[in-house]
Formats: sequence, C-alpha cells, structure tokens
Amino acid sequence: MTNLLAARAQMAVSLAFHIIFAEVGIALPLMMTIAEWRWLRTGDGAYLDLAKRWAKGTAILFAVGAVSGTVLSFELGLLWPGFMRYAGAIIGMPFSLEGFAFFTEAIFLGVYLYGWDRIPARAHLASGALVAVSGALSGIFVVIANAWMNAPAGFRLVGGQPVDVNPLAAMANPAALSQTIHMTIAAYASTALAVAGIHAYVLRRRRGAPLTEELARFHRAALAVSLSIGIPAAIVQPISGDLSARFVAERQPVKLAAMEAQFQSVRGAPLRIGGWPNVAKEETRYSIEIPRGLSFLAFHDPNALVNGLMAFPREEWPPVRVVHASFELMLALGSAMAIVSLWAGWVAIRRRRLRYEAADRWLLAALVVTGPFGFLATEAGWLVTEVGRQPWIVYGVMKTKDAVTPMPGLIVPFSLVTLLYCGLGVVVIWLLWRQIVSTSGEFGGQRSKEFIGTGVSE
Amino acid sequence: MSLNIYALSAGADFGGGVWDLLASGPRRERQRELIAKAIAPIWEANHVWLILVIVLLFTAFPSAFALLMTQLHIPMTLMLIGIVLRGSAFTFRSYDSRRDSVQRRWGRVFAIASTATPVLLGCIVGAIATGSISTAAVTSASFVDVYVRSWLEPFPIGVGLLAFLLFAFLAAVYLTLEARDDAMREDFRTRALAAGAAVAVVASIDLALARSSAPLVWSALTEGTLATALRIGAVLASLGAMAALWRRSFRQARIAAILEVSLIVWGWALGQFPYLVPPEITVENAAAPTATLRLVVIALVVGLAVLLPSLRYLFKVFKANPG
Ligand code: HDD
Ligand code: HEM
Ligand code: HEM
Repeated sequence: MTNLLAARAQMAVSLAFHIIFAEVGIALPLMMTIAEWRWLRTGDGAYLDLAKRWAKGTAILFAVGAVSGTVLSFELGLLWPGFMRYAGAIIGMPFSLEGFAFFTEAIFLGVYLYGWDRIPARAHLASGALVAVSGALSGIFVVIANAWMNAPAGFRLVGGQPVDVNPLAAMANPAALSQTIHMTIAAYASTALAVAGIHAYVLRRRRGAPLTEELARFHRAALAVSLSIGIPAAIVQPISGDLSARFVAERQPVKLAAMEAQFQSVRGAPLRIGGWPNVAKEETRYSIEIPRGLSFLAFHDPNALVNGLMAFPREEWPPVRVVHASFELMLALGSAMAIVSLWAGWVAIRRRRLRYEAADRWLLAALVVTGPFGFLATEAGWLVTEVGRQPWIVYGVMKTKDAVTPMPGLIVPFSLVTLLYCGLGVVVIWLLWRQIVSTSGEFGGQRSKEFIGTGVSE
Repeated sequence: MSLNIYALSAGADFGGGVWDLLASGPRRERQRELIAKAIAPIWEANHVWLILVIVLLFTAFPSAFALLMTQLHIPMTLMLIGIVLRGSAFTFRSYDSRRDSVQRRWGRVFAIASTATPVLLGCIVGAIATGSISTAAVTSASFVDVYVRSWLEPFPIGVGLLAFLLFAFLAAVYLTLEARDDAMREDFRTRALAAGAAVAVVASIDLALARSSAPLVWSALTEGTLATALRIGAVLASLGAMAALWRRSFRQARIAAILEVSLIVWGWALGQFPYLVPPEITVENAAAPTATLRLVVIALVVGLAVLLPSLRYLFKVFKANPG
C-alpha cells in the first residue's frame, strides 16, 4: 500500500465512521424533541419514555460523534498538511462556525439531559429544540467546506498561491446549496427510517409472548414519531438528489461520466441501470439502458450532449467502477426508501392518522428491510462524491497527491485507527442494545424506576 | 489583529486546559463516583474547547498548523488516540452496566488515557519551544531526525511531565471543593499538596533544561520586566495555593491554583512571542489573510456572546437541586 493510498484509506475509514454518528446527531434530537412535545400535548407516558430513551441514545452517540470528529479535525492536518496550508484560510471559516454550533449543541444537550426535573417544561422542550437546530447547523457547516472542495470559490490563483481570499464567497460556493440540502435530508431519512425499522421489528415479532398493551403503545408511538420525519424526508430525497446531479453535470462532467459509466460523448445519452464498466475496453456491459434518460435527468433536455470519459485525459479519470457502483447503489436504496415511505404515507392518509398496528405485517416487514438502507445510501453517496472527485482534492486546483503528508509509514496509523474504530463500533452497538433496546421489556407494568416519577414538573 | 486572535485563542486554550484538568486528574482515585459526578455534565463542553482551539488554529494560522501536524505526526497521533479512548471510555462507563468489573475496566482505560494525553500535550508544547521544528528539517534529514528527535528529548519530556503534574494538581484542588465529606476532602488535600510540590520540582528542572534546549523561552523568561513579574507572580501564586491548602482554605486554594496555571500559560506564550513555531514561523508570517482574520474575530465575538450565557445557564441548571 502506498503512502498516499494509506492516507486516503485512513481518511475514508474515519469519515465513514463519523458520518453515521453525525447523521444520528442531526436527526435524533429532533425526534426526541417531537416525542417530548407529544407528551406535553397528550400526556401519554409512552412519549415521555421515548423522549428519555432517545435522549440517552443521543448522549452516547454524541460522545462518539465528538471524539470521531476530533479525530477528523486532527487528521485534516496530519494527513493533508498541503491541503490545510493552502485551504485553511479559505475554508477554515465554516469549520470554526461548526465548532461554535457543536458547542451550543453540547451545552443544551447537557441542559436537556440533566434538566428533566430542574427547569420548567417549556424551557426543557426549547433546549431540546436548540440541540436539534445546532446539530443540523453543524452538519451544514462542514458540508459547506466539502462543497468548496467540489466547487472552489472565494479566491484567485496567482502563481499557484491563493490571493484575494474571501471566506464568505468561499462558503457561498455553487455546490453548497445542493449538497447541504441533500445531506441534511439524508440525515433525517436515514436515522428516522433506521429507528422505524427497529420498532417495526419489535412490533411485528411473532416469537415469544405477545407484547403487552403498554409495550405495543410504546412501539406504536415510536413508529409514529420516527415516520413523521422519515416519510417526508425519504420522499423528497430523490428530488434533492436530482438537484445534486444537475450540479455535477454542469460543474464536474468527469464525475458525471464516471457515475454513469459513460465512456463515449453522445447526444441523447441513455440512463444506465446496473452494468459493469470495463475501463480497459472503455465500455459498460450488462446494463439496462433507458434511452435518452441521462440527458433528460442531468440537463432536463432529452437531446442534450453528455461528455463521456473519453473526452477527458486519462489521468483525470476517477476510479470508474467504484463511482458507478456506489452511485447505482445509492439510487437503488433511495428508490426503495421512497417507495416504502409512499406506501406508509398512503396507509396513514387512508386512516387519517399516523398509526400502525402489528397487523400491518407487510408494511412493517418492508420498514424492517429499509431500516439500514439510509446509512448504506449515505456511505455510497459519499463514495460517489469523494472518489468521484479524484485525482483532485480541491477540484481543478490541487491534486490529492500534492496534499499528502511527507511522513512515511502511514500504514501504521491507518491500521491503528481502523482497529480503534472497529473496537469502538462494536462497543457502541452493544451498549445501545443493552441500554435502549433490550431493556424495553421492562416497560410493561413495572417500568424501570428511573423512568417513573421523574416527570417534568407541570 | 493577529495579536488579538493569538490572545483569544490562548485564552480558549487555557479554558480548555482548566476543564481538561478537571477531567484528567482523577486517575488513581478510588472516589470514582465523586469524580464522575463532577465531570459528567461538563465533559462534552470541555472537549469542545479543544476542538475550537484546533479549528481556530488552522483557520487563523494555516501554515503553522500544517508544519506542526507534519513533524509532530507521531505524538499528535498518539495524543489523538488518547483523547478518543478517554472520551469514549468515560461515556461508556457512565452509561454502561453498574457491575463493578465492567466499571473498573472502563475506569482503567480512562485512567491510562488521561495520564498519557497531558504528557503528550506537554511534549508537543516543549518540542515547539526548542525551535527544532522547521520546514528546512522536513526536506533534509533522516526519519528519526525529522519525526522523532524533536519531541523525544529531555526538555520536551520534562514539559510533558510538568503539564501532567499541573493537571493533576488542579484537579485535586478542585475536588477538595467538590467532596462532600471530610475524609475524602483530606484525601484530595494530600494529593494536591504532593502534586503541588512535584510541580515546583519539575518546573525548576525544566527551567534549567530550557537554558540549553530552548534558549528562546529561557531568555524571554529571564529577561524583561513583564516576564519577571509573571514569573514571580506564578511562584507567589503557587506558594499561596500550597499555603491555602495547608490551612484548608479550599476556596482560596482554588483561586490561587487557577492563577498559577494561567500565569504559567501566559508566561509561556509571552516567552515565545512573536514566534508561533520558532525559529521560522511567527504570528505575523503564519497569519491567514486579513479578510479571514476579520471574520474569525467577528465569529469569535458573536459566538462567545451566545456561548457564555448558555454555559452559565448549564451550570445553573446543574447546580440547582432537583425538585
Ligand atoms: C439517505 C441517503 C441518500 C439517499 C436516499 C440518496 N442520496 Fe444522494 N447522496 C447522499 C445520500 C443519499 C449523501 C451521502 O448525503 C451525498 C454525498 C455527498 C452529499 O452531499 O450527499 C449524496 C450525493 C449525491 C450526489 C453527488 C453530489 C456531488 O458529488 O456533489 C448525487 C448526484 C446524488 N446524491 C443523487 C441522488 C439521487 C438521484 C437519489 C435518488 C434516489 C439519491 N441521491 C438518494
Ligand atoms: C464534509 C466533510 C468532508 C470533508 C471536508 C472531506 C474531506 C476529505 C479529504 C481531505 C479527503 C482526502 C483527499 C482525497 O482523497 O480526495 C477525503 C477523502 C475521502 N473521503 Fe471525504 N470529506 C468529507 C466527507 C466525507 C464523508 C462523510 C465520507 C463518508 C463516507 C467521505 C468519504 C471519503 C472517501 C471514501 C475518501 C477517499 C477517496 C479516495 O480514496 O478516492 N468523505 N475526504
Ligand atoms: C472532514 C470532515 C469533518 C470534520 C473535521 C468534522 C469535525 C467534527 C468534530 C470536531 C466534531 C465534534 C464536535 C463536538 O465535540 O461536538 C464533529 C461532530 C459532528 N459532526 Fe463532524 N466533521 C466532519 C464531517 C462531518 C460531516 C460530513 C457531517 C455531516 C453532515 C458532520 C456532522 C457532525 C455532527 C452533526 C456532529 C455532532 C456530533 C453528534 O451530534 O453526534 N461532520 N465533527
């Protein structure tokens, strides 16, 4: 493994790990706030349980999100000093703002967790909402930094050095809008559908004794809250994906060609579903082609010209197979999530209320299946964005190989970090399972003491 | 302008330091519960100071950041692993089962990581002060010369030790105030006294080492009235802290201890000024373009205007009694 490859792999592992916690950190606080609000409105204890459990989950995941994020901010310098020397002054701004947003999030999470019976109900609810808002803001700020790497703006190049730096213009780069929208919705869709999947699983399970009424109420409430976010997010996501795709088509034609495994430049290019690109032969086989589909989707004109990979020098091609396969995967998962969400939404509309029963066996089964899809789609989407940008670290401005640290033997930190994350991942899953899922048996009749009698003062 | 930022980020650094101490001291303690209770609500906020410092550093002084991260790759990576283990072990311990053996295992990870992290941090600071970190070094010498020698030397290690002891000292002083019964308070008092004495010894040794290893810091610390005043102030504060501990005036001890640590941090900063990473990188030549700095200052001011009241609110909530 070359040094450059080790550095990229380490960055990729760290980000792929962090993004899961980031997504949960964005969406779970919103869900917990909604649950608390429902509790205040209806007085239904199931919602209070939910809010408390989700708050606990948020706390654990927030801590892991925080440490893995710290790792990332060091790694930007440890692995890519060339990039930071160059870009620090230009895109440090969103990272600094992100720092402040995190700080606010951490403070109000503290207030939320420790304030249940210490502050008025309304103030408590408001602090939950602040956690949700600052979580979303922090995600938006980092993604703006990433968008800048795709569409650098806010400076001029003179003799290879950036001058006339304008950090605000850098933040307002052309990729920022589509990317932040797509990412934020992705966080809501992934987390909400994953949570819905877990509760759907428990609600429909056959083995063992049937759920007590109280337990069933709890899981129904969880489904209602999570789907109230998951359904709209998953339905809107393909539309926002279209916005992202049109940005890529306009600004990063090589990436588009790699995403679609389009080697030839043609008018009225087809949309490919599946297929395996053969880079040596410069062709893509085994795919289903929808005539003129790509031209239509990317440019909203069925006869538009799509530049294929061959229109660009070979050394500027990203790894085509990874990009194409990841893109196809994201589309497939996204479509499945949208279809299941439409189904769940339709059931709710017919019933005129957001309520699902154990008897909705097929719908619940579908929700269980789509549970992990959002996180998978997120990883796939980031692979498209990051690998598709190669060989550039800052698109059109700086090559990745010029940014990497001269420090030799990077395989060592890469292995350490990977091991560390594998360990952390196992522990987190185990903890969440014990804390949140497996104790849900304690609800019926004798709810755990912790959850009883700690109601917010009326 | 850049001076301004320097002062502010040093301030944040110091704040981060103080909180971290609180979280780092506890190692050998049996009174885990008290410590856990004292740390739990502030751990997150605490950790964020560190992140803010890093982020502000790379925004305001990108070239210094890049150079440090290159040559100090090894201690930085180790420190990073320490931070990860510490943070996650602490959280897991608070949320995991109450069974003793599990608790103890997390506790041990927490303790070891808490010890290693400040030592490494000190090594890094010490390495910077020796002036052996420069762009010229990257291209010229062998692996060991570039990536190892700068921080694995007596002086940086001495500074690491000093940082560690300072953290321990402060944490013990804090905990004397948090303790609810006398036996425990006495425990922490003894520890604070021991750590305080060790600080004095190690600080003197480091100063002696600085003369040959970090001439820049040495001369700045010994010459000039401001430096002398700071140095005398630090010594007085430490004597004051020890005396107050002796007399069991724990509140005064805490104030004196905070003063002592801040004076040391400020003395150090002054000692290096105007260098960020001697001998090459100064505050002037590493600073980001003015447009960036101006925005960073605005962000800092607005950010602090939001954060400080929120932080006060958090403490108020936490100190309030349930019910
Ligand atoms: C829940 C997750 C999820 C789902 C269901 C989708 N995406 Fe996505 N997609 C992401 C999560 C994501 C992401 C991980 O969040 C990315 C990576 C970078 C970014 O901004 O968003 C992304 C990137 C991304 C990009 C690349 C943007 C760039 O490189 O700048 C395109 C073109 C699309 N998406 C298009 C789509 C389409 C047409 C979808 C329709 C089904 C879709 N995505 C569903
Ligand atoms: C907003 C935040 C992000 C920033 C600032 C960022 C930055 C970077 C940088 C500096 C690199 C190394 C240079 C390069 O290979 O181009 C990189 C690579 C990479 N990142 Fe990101 N990234 C972000 C988000 C993500 C996320 C969330 C993922 C999730 C999976 C991800 C996946 C990757 C991968 C797979 C690579 C390696 C690319 C390759 O090997 O071809 N990135 N990123
Ligand atoms: C190079 C890329 C990135 C860096 C340097 C980075 C940095 C950080 C840091 C330092 C933290 C911890 C802050 C704290 O203690 O609260 C953090 C947490 C977080 N990050 Fe990232 N991050 C990166 C990528 C991303 C991406 C792509 C997103 C997503 C959209 C994201 C969203 C978040 C969120 C929401 C948190 C809060 C933690 C939580 O609530 O679980 N980050 N990040």
